[in-house]
Amino acid sequence: MTLETLLIPAMVLVPAIFAFVLLIPGKVFDFKKNIVAFSFVGTLFSFIISLFIAFNFNWGEPVMQMQGAIPWVPDFGLTFSWGIDSISLWLILLTTFLMPLIIIGSYSSFEGREREFFFWMLVLETAMIGTFVATDIIFFYICFEFTLVPLFFLIGVFGGENRLKAARIFFLYTFTGSMLTFAAILFVAWTYSTTHAGVWTFQITELYAAAQSMPLHHQGLVLAGLLAGFAVKVPLFPVHTWLPLAHTEAPTAGSVILAGVLLKLGTYGILRFALPMTPEAIIAFAPYVGSLAVAGVLYAALVCWVQTDVKKLIAYSSVSHLGFCVLGLFSFDSNNMGSIGAVMYMVNHGLSTGALFLCIGMIYERFHTREMAKMSGLGRAMPIWGFFMVFFTASSVGLPGLNGFVGEFLTLIGSFVSPYTLGWQFAAPAAAGMIFAAIYLFYMLGKVVWGPLKIPHVHGHTADWKPSDLNAREISILVPIAIVCVWLGFNPNPLLNSLEKPIAQLSAPTNSIIDAQKEATLKATTPAHVEADISLEPQAKAWESKVLIAN
Amino acid sequence: MIDIMTTLMTLAQAAPEAAKATNVITEHLGNLIPELILLTGGVLCLMTGLGREEGTRKATAWIAGASLLLAIIFIPNIHTITKGFYTKEILDMSGFIKLAACSIGFLLLLVSAAVPDLLPQTKEAEKASKFDPGNIFRGEYFAFFLFSLVGLMLTAGAKDLIWLFLALELTSLPTYVMVASARKNIAAQEAGVKYFFLGALSAAIFLYGFALIYGATGHTDLTEIKNVIAAQNLANGELSGMLITGLVLTILGFCFKIAAFPMHYYAADVYQGASSAVTAFLAFVPKAAGFAALIIILSTVGWIYGPEKNHLPEILEILLWVIAVASMFLGNVLGMIQKSVKRALAYSSVAHSGYMVIGLLVGIPAVASDSAIGNGIAAIIFYLFAYGLASVGSFGILACVRNEKGEEVDSYDEIAGLFKNHKVIAAILALSVFSLLGMPPLMGFLGKIYIFGSAFQAGFIWLVIIAVINSAISGAYYLRIANAAFFGKPAEGITATNTPGRLTGAFIGAVATLVLGFTGGFLVDTASHAAEKPPVLRDDESKDKAAAFDINLEPQAALNKDIYAQ
Repeated sequence: MTLETLLIPAMVLVPAIFAFVLLIPGKVFDFKKNIVAFSFVGTLFSFIISLFIAFNFNWGEPVMQMQGAIPWVPDFGLTFSWGIDSISLWLILLTTFLMPLIIIGSYSSFEGREREFFFWMLVLETAMIGTFVATDIIFFYICFEFTLVPLFFLIGVFGGENRLKAARIFFLYTFTGSMLTFAAILFVAWTYSTTHAGVWTFQITELYAAAQSMPLHHQGLVLAGLLAGFAVKVPLFPVHTWLPLAHTEAPTAGSVILAGVLLKLGTYGILRFALPMTPEAIIAFAPYVGSLAVAGVLYAALVCWVQTDVKKLIAYSSVSHLGFCVLGLFSFDSNNMGSIGAVMYMVNHGLSTGALFLCIGMIYERFHTREMAKMSGLGRAMPIWGFFMVFFTASSVGLPGLNGFVGEFLTLIGSFVSPYTLGWQFAAPAAAGMIFAAIYLFYMLGKVVWGPLKIPHVHGHTADWKPSDLNAREISILVPIAIVCVWLGFNPNPLLNSLEKPIAQLSAPTNSIIDAQKEATLKATTPAHVEADISLEPQAKAWESKVLIAN
Repeated sequence: MIDIMTTLMTLAQAAPEAAKATNVITEHLGNLIPELILLTGGVLCLMTGLGREEGTRKATAWIAGASLLLAIIFIPNIHTITKGFYTKEILDMSGFIKLAACSIGFLLLLVSAAVPDLLPQTKEAEKASKFDPGNIFRGEYFAFFLFSLVGLMLTAGAKDLIWLFLALELTSLPTYVMVASARKNIAAQEAGVKYFFLGALSAAIFLYGFALIYGATGHTDLTEIKNVIAAQNLANGELSGMLITGLVLTILGFCFKIAAFPMHYYAADVYQGASSAVTAFLAFVPKAAGFAALIIILSTVGWIYGPEKNHLPEILEILLWVIAVASMFLGNVLGMIQKSVKRALAYSSVAHSGYMVIGLLVGIPAVASDSAIGNGIAAIIFYLFAYGLASVGSFGILACVRNEKGEEVDSYDEIAGLFKNHKVIAAILALSVFSLLGMPPLMGFLGKIYIFGSAFQAGFIWLVIIAVINSAISGAYYLRIANAAFFGKPAEGITATNTPGRLTGAFIGAVATLVLGFTGGFLVDTASHAAEKPPVLRDDESKDKAAAFDINLEPQAALNKDIYAQ
């Protein structure tokens, strides 16, 4: 193993190592400042390593790079094997970029049990990065499942009033879905073993081929199992009901991670596993999944409109936005614009929605409420905060020039021109969802940022108390995100170009089936038509003769 | 019995034959050294437990522990797994179960070493000015503890129906006394009586089954039974009704030992009534003995029926299918609605038996494949290990914590907020229940891959789907335990007992589930090799035994090399 192959394990393990150091008893970690600084260093390390990986990464190659493996259970064919392509690298960069900011952001959000909080945050980062680097499907599944545990504790210990229910529902919902995913994974691995003399493996590339050779009804079962886990995570309508509860009850940091990264595990899973494994079933399922995605886009947008809690509104907007993402993934247009847009959308949504949750967390720290009715015109009292709120909302809405626009536009274009799976019937209502998004988000801005100044009454303060604007720490969290938003908005090409090849590879099986079907229908239309005309005649005559005989 | 006597008579007549028989006996004795060590340890415990000096009496637990550790060393072929992780030499199934019995037995001993000390009658007797042997319970407790483990180990090595029956009774009889050991606690009395009567009923049922099997085959020796069954099947193409009835009754009787449907009714009451440390014992030892006995009995029939020659006879298959599904659903659904943690864990024990019965349905494939997955029996013995560690952790923790009345905690309210004042205890509890849940990367997850993967291999797709749905249901109550321990409002007057051994045992059990989750490869390897051949072999099979053990490991090694080379 060269140094290069060790970069990825280092990036994955550094946060976990820092997390366990936090548990060592001692006086150093009795002070919040030390704990936050220590965890910040841990996440920053991980970020620096990920940047280093990005510089050493060969962006033109669509294959898995920097691969390595450690044996785990050889008799099962299980290994801890890792490798990255540009899709995973972008999502890793998103994770490692957000984590240090989130750590600083949670400096003032709660009191007490800090060790525990930052311990779980760091463990969560390990699990999230692990999900993106895994090339063994059980390794992926372990990390995917394990993200539940830290978040379960983060919500359950540090959440709002209804935190116990939220933590439980979050865990059980996602756990139930992913158990079915587990069964589907075993099914595919078993199919592999039947053609390889009983040898089992969980290497993703080997399983692709095994799953593609399955008959349609088996592929359908596999896809149903995979979607059961991934759709809950995305979350796709109608299994999205855990999300608003978890979001509103989670502490700010939990919400940012949830919206920023964890929801992407679902779409990443669909892209990485469902698309290449079950191409035939994907084509059969696409209209149904597409309808659910469109229903989610519209339904969640309408629900957003009537929310009174700002955080809940943003939470529902995630459901709506991720619907676009799924729509893009299932579009299969000839240039893969939909899927490329979907990955871009994943990154953008992580940035802008994550930042919005941070902004709302800052409000909550000041007023201890998120009710829209209780506050208005805060832009007057807190101009800097107002600026960022408007900025990130615009990015989330998809204002051209900011990052959100490119991804959203590509997914919609992709589903418009989708030749076989989706089409304008899906894209047109989804585009209406885009307009809804603008309506509800600007409606929220109009109430909270603009309008006459109304400051919620906070216990312990006099009626004419003015909240302080963002301090240097809070500004320094939001500025990097804003810079990246602008950069991706004006210069999306590096990202899009690097995604082209790997995505083309992942959707190649489905695209080739679509092409074959297209050719077959083209060839078959004319002769089949003639044949049909001919064959009608004798049948009609036979029927007549029968009638005659009967008479 | 008759054929034993005929054997003895033939032995007396023919001297060369007798020489051979002595060899057999010495060979058996050689295999039985660990059991003999434990028996000796148990007898020593009986003596020291009644010692005049307090120091001698307190040494009883140490003697029991030392004999367990000594027994591990003398397990046949044990040195082969310490040689290296992936050696070709193996333990057989009985060796693996003996290893599990002794090592988990040692943890159980750590957890329950304080049981006799904490009994009110012992405390009174220790305080009394005059030594009162009638109320000192140590000797009996540890002796019974060891005898029960001996029963489990003998069950795993059984070669004869009578042996199997006696070994199973040796496993169970001491546990009846251990359950009732808290004489002043009315719930323990009730549990003891209930357990005893239902246990006797189940013994009657499977003994009747044994009698019918003997009637149908004319032998009590398991190898002979297997020969006769194979010959019957060859001649008639099916098994006789008497044999099938006998097998069905036997399986139903064993369901009591493994706490599976339809004999699971006692589980909740007995597990709740017994002291938590004893419950940990009940959750593992009789269950392991029951599964060992089931594996032995089913391997006399063999997994050689059905169109693909890899199934049990249809009637047995239907029976086991129903047992598996009903145990899973009953265990998990009833576990979900319990108010008592111990009852919930008791029902979870029923559900885990359901998962393991899937492994019985899969059985041992006729042709050993290069991969470990596919062998249901190996999956069961691995799963038993994982389950044993996690249940030592969870019940051990429940034994560590007392409510304000000084009783063991039982309800969710009492373990609420445990994390606030007892951080390590709560962490161990959470780790154990997450392993029971099968949360990756803990050991329970590897067990689930093993069982479910093997079930796929044998074509039981729907059974796997039912099982994963059940895993999801079980999440509800495991999570409720973790939820209560970490987020609840701390209950008044909850204290941890001053029993370092108990905490150590639970701690080792829980940490082992985590460590073996990452490094369990060698245990999977050992389990898969241990169950490569059924524990009972036909005469013609055992002839190629030597050849069969040399199964070529090259392809697997080559594949692994490929994977790791990447």
